[in-house]
Amino acid sequence: METLERILAEHPFFKDLSEPYLQLVTGCASNVRFDQDSFIFREGEEANQFYLLRQGRVALQVFAPDRGPITVETLEEGDILGWSWLIPPYNWHFDARALELTRAIALDGQCLRRKCEQDHNLGYELLKRFAHIMEQRLSSTRLQIVDMYGVRS
Amino acid sequence: MVSDLDLTVKSGVDVGGSMLPHPYVIKQVRKETDDTFTLMLEQRSGGPKLTFAPGQFNMVYVFGIGEIPISISGDSASSVLVHTTRAVGTVTRVMARLRRGDMLGIRGPFGTPWPVQEGRGRDVVIIAGGIGLAPLRSALYEVLSQRDAFGKVVLLYGTRTPSDILFREELEQWRARFDLEVHVTVDRAQPDWRGNVGVVTTLIHKSPFDPQKTTSMICGPEIMMRFAAQELQKRGVDPDSIYLSLERNMKCGTGLCGHCQFGPYFVCKDGPVFRYSRIKDLLVKREI
Repeated sequence: METLERILAEHPFFKDLSEPYLQLVTGCASNVRFDQDSFIFREGEEANQFYLLRQGRVALQVFAPDRGPITVETLEEGDILGWSWLIPPYNWHFDARALELTRAIALDGQCLRRKCEQDHNLGYELLKRFAHIMEQRLSSTRLQIVDMYGVRS
Repeated sequence: MVSDLDLTVKSGVDVGGSMLPHPYVIKQVRKETDDTFTLMLEQRSGGPKLTFAPGQFNMVYVFGIGEIPISISGDSASSVLVHTTRAVGTVTRVMARLRRGDMLGIRGPFGTPWPVQEGRGRDVVIIAGGIGLAPLRSALYEVLSQRDAFGKVVLLYGTRTPSDILFREELEQWRARFDLEVHVTVDRAQPDWRGNVGVVTTLIHKSPFDPQKTTSMICGPEIMMRFAAQELQKRGVDPDSIYLSLERNMKCGTGLCGHCQFGPYFVCKDGPVFRYSRIKDLLVKREI
């Protein structure tokens, strides 16, 4: 049977994380599932987790009263969802909705924040990894904004 | 009257071969999206079948309006010549109004093809953006016609919105195949879209292929191609195994007029398909 520790160890996000840190992170992890169309989190709520998606597809959305939910990005198996747990005031900036049955590993952000405060090396390790994801997402968002497919006739 | 098949001027330039348009009749018009359409053409009076390799283009002449380069989007094994384009300029807007039975002039085919045969025995990753799927469809047809000769075959396709998706029915058929991995993404979507949202480059890092033995073909807006090539490199794909199809102001199709000059190259003759390693540095030169 696959243990949470093994799943985390094999995920690229935790690649080369030392064994003690991996055990520590595993202590903050749990399996979760979300039914189709359910919200994983909503804008403004407290951000106390992040998720490693194992199955399904999640839409990051912003709601506009005149337009309804607008999807800005979708994430799927293997992706990391959520970094607001790491940045004060620890509130979600977007809605995350499961577009299909979604299974994930939830990592307790409050628990990890405490451990990162106690051990700055762990904090640096996690921050490096999240900085990489943020860079990728920022880059993709910039390309989306460019509207590179050209003008409509 | 002078035959359109036998024109050789005294200078020795074979204008009948590459400079003279041959008349083709539109057999069918298919509207793909709001602003793109496909024309299926046959040579008038049953002349010899135009043979081409996937990735090549023709100069398509709308009589009395003008001539433009359009890549071939059909099957190289078929007797029907297929062009897909977007109605965006003077010539293509008129072309979009043509109907079955109307006539066009065709010169070609011109340019370098996709390296389909070079990909044999390797994984093939096809990355298309917007109308860039059209020239890559020909390559995909060829790959699928010899499917066993290739390793994993992956098609990653990005467009602006779901309504801009080209060849929708075919994409569904390809997606249903077990020997072809197809992922589609859009930059923006309405709430009823349940597929991927995000730029096409985000699909690269999670696609199942072996970077060490992958040949990749990319076609789309130049920004997208640049970033897609960089993302492939990050995955470990050799820049020598990445191919891009460029678009420039092609006029003569034979490297004589110089309109499509791109550094030391003429896109119509040395391209449109280039090895990424060959043009990587030129792509970021604004002066070119």
